[in-house]
Amino acid sequence: MAYHTPVYLLLFLPAVLLAYQITPQKKRWLLLLGASWIFFWSVSGKLLIFLIGTILFTHYIGLGLETLKSRCRLEAGKPENDRKQIQALFKKRQRLVLAAGIFGLLAVLGYLKYYNFFAQNVNLLLEKAGRPALLTAKNLVLPLGISFYTLRAVGYMADVYWERTSAFVHPGKLALCLSFFPQLMEGPISSYSQTAGDLWKGSPIRSENLAAGAWRILWGLFKKVLIADRLNVLVKAVFDQYESYGGVVVAAAAVAYTVQLYMEFSGAMDMIIGSGRMFGVSLPENFRQPFAAGSAAEFWRRWHITLGTWLKTYVFYPVSTSRIVKKWNRFGKNHAGKYVTKLGVTAICLFPVWLLNGLWHGPRWSYIFYGMYYFTILLCGEALAPVRERILKKWNISEQTVWWAVPRRLKTWVIIVVGELFFRANGLKAGLHMFVSIFTDFRPEKLWDSTLLNLGLDSGDYLVILLGCAVVGIVGVVKEHNLWKEENTKRFCAPIRWAACYGLLLAVIIFGAYGIGYQQVDLIYAGF
Amino acid sequence: MKTLINILMDIDDTVDWEKEQALIDDHILDSFGVITLVSELEDAYSIEIEAAEMVPENFNSAAAIYRMVTRLQET
Repeated sequence: MAYHTPVYLLLFLPAVLLAYQITPQKKRWLLLLGASWIFFWSVSGKLLIFLIGTILFTHYIGLGLETLKSRCRLEAGKPENDRKQIQALFKKRQRLVLAAGIFGLLAVLGYLKYYNFFAQNVNLLLEKAGRPALLTAKNLVLPLGISFYTLRAVGYMADVYWERTSAFVHPGKLALCLSFFPQLMEGPISSYSQTAGDLWKGSPIRSENLAAGAWRILWGLFKKVLIADRLNVLVKAVFDQYESYGGVVVAAAAVAYTVQLYMEFSGAMDMIIGSGRMFGVSLPENFRQPFAAGSAAEFWRRWHITLGTWLKTYVFYPVSTSRIVKKWNRFGKNHAGKYVTKLGVTAICLFPVWLLNGLWHGPRWSYIFYGMYYFTILLCGEALAPVRERILKKWNISEQTVWWAVPRRLKTWVIIVVGELFFRANGLKAGLHMFVSIFTDFRPEKLWDSTLLNLGLDSGDYLVILLGCAVVGIVGVVKEHNLWKEENTKRFCAPIRWAACYGLLLAVIIFGAYGIGYQQVDLIYAGF
Repeated sequence: MKTLINILMDIDDTVDWEKEQALIDDHILDSFGVITLVSELEDAYSIEIEAAEMVPENFNSAAAIYRMVTRLQET
């Protein structure tokens, strides 16, 4: 029951909305929790036990941390005790509880998601050493959204530990936060404090939220069904038979996949945020015009924002304030100079972030390569920052100047597209083969002979894709420059609003890539 | 406060540090800037900044950074 399917949009969501509205306000959280677990059950069946287990485990770790904090305050307040000593003792205990909590959650995720990858690589190493295989592959099934709810649960534990939030005695609030059905499949990876208030409140459904939510869902459907699913035909044809293609066709397929992934993931986010909005729940945005970025670092502040924020909050900053970084800082300042010290700190802090970013997407070497690719690019960006600044200063160039900003943006697009090529390729070997083939067999004439028309899409399909992308692009420019606000919509008279709404709906129905000639395309990020 | 402004000017001398109120929210100070700043603050004020302090509220303005430093010096 993915978010773009008729079962969800025409049956499940309306039924839950109706049930929600007729349920007394105090019991609405229970209704949402029940609906979320039914949603989970419809996809993962008995694996619901993993979600419930995670909730209970996280809840009790949170309560444990809270209890230690209260006891610490009590003990430290006693005149006969040494306050600092007591605080240090309880801090150590809290750290142990937090470590146990994080280990528990990551062990489950690690086992289910990475065991077979680990076993396969261990056996491969043994085989190369002339020894028999040691580990057998297991038939492991991943519970729906485990990668998303595990990160949210870890975030909750860390937030309680850092006193950014208090552990709630009632387990229902945490259960709802980790299970809320619009977020289950693809995130966003929100923090507890971002959604708990709205979810627990049980606000009545308002017409403006319903209308705004429906609009957002329709907009997401437009991106997913009209553009992404259509592009999937071309992308699948080239990536699945990559040895038959090269040069400009591979480059075109990499661009097509980048656009597909954006339309698909941001479209799903629109449907998710729209669904939440209908219940009066504000979910954090996951995209902010990523292709307007001027650098790879800026791209990641605009693409999958909540994953980036999570990694920054719970990996990058803890590493940057860790003992190893502090030791390096002291050593570097005395022996290596400011520049090398800063670069060393950046490398130490970025490496785990990008290793985890790659691994989080799945147990594949190509995902690890994808993470390391961005690690290298960001590190090089930091290493070259003084050179860039010197050039800008020496020639008195403003970063906003067209002939500086445009090549910079084009460079960022190339970085993004190459990254997505490796991300989508059927393995690291295939990715390298495809990347090399771009340069060895370029042949630009393939763009205008009939090659692209033999990849499953006809000229009408390309026209729909181009027009669809143009519409999304215009909306992106309007958003980027804050030219339009949601409340401005009310200025239009009802017939214009309804015409726009029906126009969007009819575009999805008439030009959507479904039915004969198209395959149903599952949500890409639901697979992570 | 003067020491703090000098540290900030060392990171980027094009920013009006005393005026800006959304250093993190407006991406004037990015995560690389924050870790450089943390290292300099620890040295200059002999304090230990832990991960729990790494929230936008503590870094959004020079005044907020100064408040955090003063608080950490007192504990």
